[in-house]
Amino acid sequence: MKLPLSWLKDYVDIDLSVEDLARVLTRAGLEVDSIQLVGLAAETSSQHEFKINGLTWEADKIVVAQIDEVMPHPNADRLVLCHLNDGIKEQVVLTGAPNLFQYRGTGPLPTPLKVAYAREGARIYDGHQPGQVLTTLKRAKIRGIESYSMVCSEKELGISDEHEGIILLDADAPTGMPLVDYMGDAVFEISILPNMIRNACVVGVAREVAAMTGRELRLPPADFHPAGPAIAGRASIKITNPELNPRFVLGLIENVTPQPSPYKIQLRLRLAGMRPINHVVDATNYLMLELGEPLHAFDYDVLLQRAGGKPPVIITRTANPGEHLTTLDDVDRALEPFTVLVCDEAGALSIAGVMGGQESEVTSATRNILLEGASWNFINIRKTVSYLRLQSEAAYRFSRGIHPELAPWGVQLCLKRMSDWGEGVVASGLIDSYPAPVTDPVVTLSEADVTRILGIQLSAAEIAALLRRLDFTCTVEGSSVMAKTPPHRLDVGEGVVGKADLLEEVARIYGYDNIPARRMTDALPPMHPNPVLETEAKVREQLVVLGLQEVITYRLTCVEREARILPPGAEAPGPYITLKNPIAPERSLMRRHLLASVMEIVERNARLREHLAFFEIGPVFFPRDDDPLPDEPTRLAIAMTGKRDLAGWDGAPSANLDFYDLKAVIESLLDSLHISGVTYTPAAASSYHPGKCAEIRAGDVVLGVMGELHPLVRAHYDLGASSAPVLAAELYLERFNGCRPARVLAQSVPVFPPVLEDLAVVVDESTPSAVVEEAIRAAGGKLVTAVRLFDIFRGEQLGAGKKSLAYSLTYQLPDRTLTDSDTQQVRQRIIRRLEQDLGAKLRA
Amino acid sequence: MSEDHEIFTRLDQAQAAALPALEQAGDEAALQAWKTAHLGRSSAVMQAFSQLGQAPKEIRPAIGQRANQVKLALESAFAIRSQAIKEQALQRALQQEKLDVTLPGRPQPRGRMHPESRALETIYTILAEMGFQIFRTPEVETDDYNFSLLNIPAYHPARDMWDTFHTTRPGTLLRTHTSPGQVRAMRQRAPEPIRVALPGMCYRYEQTSARSEIQFNQVELLVVGRNITFGDLKGTLTDLARRIYGDNVRTRLRPSYFPFTEPSGEMDVECFVCGGKGCAVCKNSGWLEILGCGMVHPVVLQNGGYDPSEWSGFAAGMGPERMSMLRYGIEDIRYFWSNDVRFLEQFS
Repeated sequence: MKLPLSWLKDYVDIDLSVEDLARVLTRAGLEVDSIQLVGLAAETSSQHEFKINGLTWEADKIVVAQIDEVMPHPNADRLVLCHLNDGIKEQVVLTGAPNLFQYRGTGPLPTPLKVAYAREGARIYDGHQPGQVLTTLKRAKIRGIESYSMVCSEKELGISDEHEGIILLDADAPTGMPLVDYMGDAVFEISILPNMIRNACVVGVAREVAAMTGRELRLPPADFHPAGPAIAGRASIKITNPELNPRFVLGLIENVTPQPSPYKIQLRLRLAGMRPINHVVDATNYLMLELGEPLHAFDYDVLLQRAGGKPPVIITRTANPGEHLTTLDDVDRALEPFTVLVCDEAGALSIAGVMGGQESEVTSATRNILLEGASWNFINIRKTVSYLRLQSEAAYRFSRGIHPELAPWGVQLCLKRMSDWGEGVVASGLIDSYPAPVTDPVVTLSEADVTRILGIQLSAAEIAALLRRLDFTCTVEGSSVMAKTPPHRLDVGEGVVGKADLLEEVARIYGYDNIPARRMTDALPPMHPNPVLETEAKVREQLVVLGLQEVITYRLTCVEREARILPPGAEAPGPYITLKNPIAPERSLMRRHLLASVMEIVERNARLREHLAFFEIGPVFFPRDDDPLPDEPTRLAIAMTGKRDLAGWDGAPSANLDFYDLKAVIESLLDSLHISGVTYTPAAASSYHPGKCAEIRAGDVVLGVMGELHPLVRAHYDLGASSAPVLAAELYLERFNGCRPARVLAQSVPVFPPVLEDLAVVVDESTPSAVVEEAIRAAGGKLVTAVRLFDIFRGEQLGAGKKSLAYSLTYQLPDRTLTDSDTQQVRQRIIRRLEQDLGAKLRA
Repeated sequence: MSEDHEIFTRLDQAQAAALPALEQAGDEAALQAWKTAHLGRSSAVMQAFSQLGQAPKEIRPAIGQRANQVKLALESAFAIRSQAIKEQALQRALQQEKLDVTLPGRPQPRGRMHPESRALETIYTILAEMGFQIFRTPEVETDDYNFSLLNIPAYHPARDMWDTFHTTRPGTLLRTHTSPGQVRAMRQRAPEPIRVALPGMCYRYEQTSARSEIQFNQVELLVVGRNITFGDLKGTLTDLARRIYGDNVRTRLRPSYFPFTEPSGEMDVECFVCGGKGCAVCKNSGWLEILGCGMVHPVVLQNGGYDPSEWSGFAAGMGPERMSMLRYGIEDIRYFWSNDVRFLEQFS
């Protein structure tokens, strides 16, 4: 919300600097986003706290002046010469302002025109350049006439973008007065919190300033006795659902001629961000900005006509099935059954609290105005706004809750402003229907409550004094305060909620800054370890140690992106958690395949690096039938491709990463977690090469799958010129935890020397090395402490379908040195076992 | 005696000849040749030993002694010379073996955490020091946990604060904040006191831009106890800000609004880029907003199973990506999930 300082000062005395006031507002919860100077100066303090822009008007160079006569320019049609008095002297000033042309050559003006006049050397904005470009007025000759000063447009003074004509001030502006003193201002851009809609108006902010600074609040008048004929009998109100429309008020003004508002009013509206239209529309907008009560003006004659000359009956009701209304913005709108309409007997006039209808709109031809002030159920208004996708200043306020007490006050004050700024006779009295009166909550707050929640000691009297500053009506009873909520706000609840609401008000006005900070003195709550998180952290750390780059990708994806990780013709993946309102088709559901996400990152970086090794730890989402929420297990996906070694200057060629590079990563990872009994068995998973894929188990628990990506799946990704295979793994991280031992026992370092021995055996090509190793370990028993395969050989001398596996074996005993006969025996045992079980032959 | 004299003379001559010859030996090969000639089996010294038995008995000790002296003299001369030659060889080698030390090292693939994981880890560490334990809750949430139980009823204007992704299953959505974890933590821990951190990915229905993302992390703190006041909130969060941003950082706490806390606030720290003078990072305000906070609303306590007349608490939420962006001067939030190695490799 844009808040001009001058307007605020109508209701509260302020002797703070612009920045100090911004500080007060921010400390009250009215966060100042920026300050726009419109003439006023801002002291620059050492501690910068706000963004300040704008123009300061120099008091001696920019003043109120009067134009006494407008004369034609001898050499130019589009320029005029003004006889101008700046309070010091008479002079001739050149201008091209079109809004002076009507006075050209008409002789001395009966009423001088008051203008904003910039003397030589004044710093203003250049009116001819886009945006705000500072310029200094210098002496120049324009078409043969000397020019050194200027009558200014709003743009040149930083008020608005308006540069069509010069500013014409109100007639009572004192000639010669520095313009900054006459109308210098500063506009505060304030964020209004959702529970502070009461402060989306100047009076509301003034109340906060008064409360924070201890000054008195001067409210606009609330008591009116217009001289016009009574309104009674000129219209009537029928509210069909008081819950949706607790109050409806009508006032009447007659013999109005819409005309421009006084310049100062136009200026205020403009500074507050609204466009002045005519004094009737301006008055309703002004009132909304002033009090926070949105009003709606109907053309009374249109209503009379629709009612066949009889006094109109204003009906509020929800929309009928299929009902439509063309709103002020010229859009024909289909209405929802809960939409509340303001109607007469002939049909709908406006969407209640949101936007008026076109037919009964006020125009320049309007002479008599029926003015509506009402209050609406804010939840219903919000629903209407969200269904119709229709926002307005009125809807913004009504959808957050406007107190019904503001309706009659707003209508009367607005009618008074209309009659002040133009002609017209205000009818005496109002038509007021208030079937669902609001009961303002009375909340009891004790000294103990304040101490318990805020941590400060205040007496009941002090608490009451703080709340009274915000217009709460307070009675002190012992150590408690009974506080009645003032009739301009709906944000205070009852009971325990009301207590919290009041505590916030006490804290705010007391000042968050004044509440002392302390360190929690409670004992620490019971310890609940989070082993899942610890395992994840360990996995992450270990994979980083192993040289992999972690990625974190979007969890939102689409079927097409996910299907890329499957071979062509595979069944479409699913089912998915699908969004009802995706922001883009490619982010329309929650992923099931973490590897699909990681592969996108491989693709993205394929041309950037010759060695790629990525992993991601994150959830995937599986819908469940028996639970509205999906299962969200945490997965680990790894993808590696490219060269094993990075190219250096020595030109050593590098092989491509292969299955066993990935396997080393996984072995190291599982080993670092002390997961034992891990087996790798050939597996068939559709994303992988059928001959290069393994299932990873720890005992009976399947930990995941790894392998070389299927060539047809790899082909789904654009990996540039590289032909290297892609190695990938998908692991059920959520299962890791159960496979980690509760306790890891340290082993003693052996003191007796080991015996190392090599053993080469010839087996069938189809015999997996793990089976051979298993047989060696089984036969060797405790004596064999390490088995390391160090060579695989295939050749004619072995015969077709055979391979030789060479192992380096370590024999060791914890309690004595091995003898030759020990090693001889174990070696024979191993050889026998390999021969018998696997048909192996010792290789000579 | 002449024989005696002769063998003594031979030994003296052998020694006299050997020592200068040793000086001539310039490398390891010459050294070995010298050793064979002067200390080998057929050398004069060794001959003296082997022929000792043929010498007259009475002078054998004298000959043996003399031969031994010569042998020791030659051996020690050899050792010294050998050492000198090794040293010369080493010196030569050291002078010849010169590397271009400016050549780059052999590149090694290096692993790194994602910067966001690193940021979270840093925050977890700080929070752990302050006694907060990590408590994680689902990313796909019910409307109840995300809104209603947090004192945000359907169509309440406060819902405008969150642009929400809804799923096709009625009543479920992608959590818009980590706050649903408040009620989940309370329901699981009641009636214990609570001090937890609720981290994780949240989602907002928003066009992505340099400043906003559809998914982002939050870390929320929740404290529930019998003696928790607004003063504790201030103290704890000021401590937290100092641990994250430095001991001397100035903070300010200003009123704000969240439906699930009251009183609510937002904490700003003095812009650490410009020191509060005003710059592009703080948008000329001198302050950076780092977290939202407040005393847990009584309705939320009630929904979590705690009696608000006996229990109180505070909650605070912060955005790690935003914190990283400020800290590293990252200009576009979309870098985080696009995972370009040229971005990721900047963090270790």
